Amino acid sequence: MATVTLIEPQSAPAQPRLNYLTEKTGLMSWLFTTDHKRIGLLYVFSITFFFFFGGFFALLMRLHLLLPQGWLFGHETYNKLFTMHGIIMVWFFLIPSIPNTLGNFVLPMMIGAKDLAFPKLNLLSWYIFMLGGMTTLYALVRGGVDTGWTFYTPFSTSYSTSFVITAAVGILIAGFSSILTGLNFIATVHRMRAPGLTWFRLPIFIWSTYATSLILVLATPVLAITLAMIGIERIFQVGIFDPALGGDPVLFQHMFWFYSHPAVYIMVLPAMAVVSEIIPTFSRKPIFGYKAVAFSSMAIAILGFLVWGHHMFVAGESAYAAMTFSFLSYMVAIPSAIKVFNWTATMYRGSVQLDTPMLYAIGFVALFTIGGMTGLFLAALGIDVHVTDTYFVIAHFHYIMVGGTVMAFLGGVHYWWPKISGKMYPEFLAKLSALTVFLGFNLTFFPQFILGYMGMPRRYAAYPPEFQVLNVLSTAGASILGVGYVVPLIYLMWAWKYGESAPDNPWRTTGLEWKTPSPPPKHNFEETPVVTWKAYDFEAQKEELHLG
Amino acid sequence: MADPIALALREQFHSAEQQRETSTVGMWIFLITEVMLFGGLFTAFSVYRMSHPAAFDQGSADMEFWMGAVNTAVLICSSFCMAMAVHSAEKGKNGRLAFFLILTILIGLVFLGIKFTEYYLHYHDQKLPGIVFHDTSPDAAYVQMFFVFYFLMTGLHAFHMIIGEGILGAMLFRTLLGSFSERYHTPVELAGLYWHFVDTVWVFLFAIFYIPGAHMK
Repeated sequence: MATVTLIEPQSAPAQPRLNYLTEKTGLMSWLFTTDHKRIGLLYVFSITFFFFFGGFFALLMRLHLLLPQGWLFGHETYNKLFTMHGIIMVWFFLIPSIPNTLGNFVLPMMIGAKDLAFPKLNLLSWYIFMLGGMTTLYALVRGGVDTGWTFYTPFSTSYSTSFVITAAVGILIAGFSSILTGLNFIATVHRMRAPGLTWFRLPIFIWSTYATSLILVLATPVLAITLAMIGIERIFQVGIFDPALGGDPVLFQHMFWFYSHPAVYIMVLPAMAVVSEIIPTFSRKPIFGYKAVAFSSMAIAILGFLVWGHHMFVAGESAYAAMTFSFLSYMVAIPSAIKVFNWTATMYRGSVQLDTPMLYAIGFVALFTIGGMTGLFLAALGIDVHVTDTYFVIAHFHYIMVGGTVMAFLGGVHYWWPKISGKMYPEFLAKLSALTVFLGFNLTFFPQFILGYMGMPRRYAAYPPEFQVLNVLSTAGASILGVGYVVPLIYLMWAWKYGESAPDNPWRTTGLEWKTPSPPPKHNFEETPVVTWKAYDFEAQKEELHLG
Repeated sequence: MADPIALALREQFHSAEQQRETSTVGMWIFLITEVMLFGGLFTAFSVYRMSHPAAFDQGSADMEFWMGAVNTAVLICSSFCMAMAVHSAEKGKNGRLAFFLILTILIGLVFLGIKFTEYYLHYHDQKLPGIVFHDTSPDAAYVQMFFVFYFLMTGLHAFHMIIGEGILGAMLFRTLLGSFSERYHTPVELAGLYWHFVDTVWVFLFAIFYIPGAHMK
């Protein structure tokens, strides 16, 4: 029988106590803060900006595709639209989305630490991120980039006349921000855990974020050097990747995907982290198969490094390489499926409550499953040759990245919103918009599976008339999805000012982050907690949580 | 009164021990990212070397072998001085620490001097890809590629050396201020780790760029 020896901070709700938001005020207190919670919020503002920016481009593309011949933009502008959509969404929203916002905010609290291991580096990483973002936006203002977010050579190094180098420099800079965050998280998890908090008592959120951080520090430097080589080839016109100059364009693809495939797991592992917190909370049960879920995160991080070749089945890879990469890609399905089965088993016979975060989490499991299954189609050599570079691929990875990561991000924002802001959000409106996002998402992207299977190629500004119905459906879905994203932005901001005050532990759950006031004080805990219980041990904390 | 440990203990840590261990973990992770950064270049270089071995040997024959060999010895000496500096820091001998830091910095400058002399000689021989490159052999494109990687990789290494000189300068400054003691000298240790890493990278660079063509002179 575990005992709770946490020393509760004296509660004096009558007088508003100082918390991390009120402790210091003024713009400078934010721009020079080293508090992980404030830096998390700085990231929230930044990536929300980039998200709506990138989303705006997506909406413009969908509007353009209402008519088969396109009607809003010229083809070159369309190329720039999908490129900037991809660059902004991948590097300035998805990669930092969950780790740098929610991760920054809750990771130190979950392990009972006062802050991350290197608070100044943490702030530096935000400044580097903003510098990278501004550089990329500068490329956009000057006229944009038309290479696609993948920067394939030799188009990017010899033929494109757009602002490739500026954008590449922006991404390279942002990469260093990723590296610093990953480094900080790894050092923090290794050395900053509260007394008694052993590895197998850690919440799954920590395991998955740790796995993400490993990928961040191992893969991002390779992207940096690859982008640097593109820049060198483009400026000096010396052969690295351009076959006309003696280089090998397939080597570029190898190096690019060595980063960019693991990057997919940088995006989805933190989503899994969030969902692994939400589902036990709203099922009132410990996560089913704790060790299996924890190790599957590590397995995904490791296997994720061995599958990059499946992006190159039609790029002139040898048959043996293709078969190997195909097999290894199937292997990734195993830890992914372990997670899905365990989440489902956690809900089974639990007291499931369908609060807003849970709606998002269930939505995540459903959409991630579809995205993962279609990933298996694409890992199969025969089918991949048929659907390479079609909308099938677009639909598949949007199911993972939007259906997976964005759903989990919104779920996590709602889940920790009471802790972050100290306020509750309007539950009915939140449920309604969760439903809107789910429906809008499926209406946008399900038709794209069919379009892709029928042969509509990606990145085209026009299409044959017989594809119009499905394209119109997709555009309609995108409009609904857009509404689903704007509404939470509005009511969350409203709740920040006018919402009901949140209790310390509104979901009556077990994590350490809920054992501190909402919003937390500057150093999270008045006294360092001593942990004697396992993660998600509702039984042991029954009385404290009033679960009767 | 001014206990250096109390002054140096950051608020997020509980003890000097925890702070030292955490900083060390952080440095090792940083070095791993550096391995991946250079690793990308080593991989690309190896791929092209396997496709064009003759041209790459020819490029290697154009290296200033003895300057590279001397530079390797120079860096190993600097690593030795750095190790002595860390050792002196552990013993709390600040005078010796400052002496060895100065020596390490000077030897590092010797390396950079020799390196940039080499760069000048390549420029003189018209072996500077993208600016002035002249090669009459049938494999000229691939010889040039060898030089592209040579300048990229040794240039990135030299950049790390310059950063390292700055770090060692900062360590020297703090030593002279009396910031370090037997009980607190983590920054010197970490600067040492970084310096040894950069030196190790050079050993590999010497092996892939200078040695393969040395017998063809």
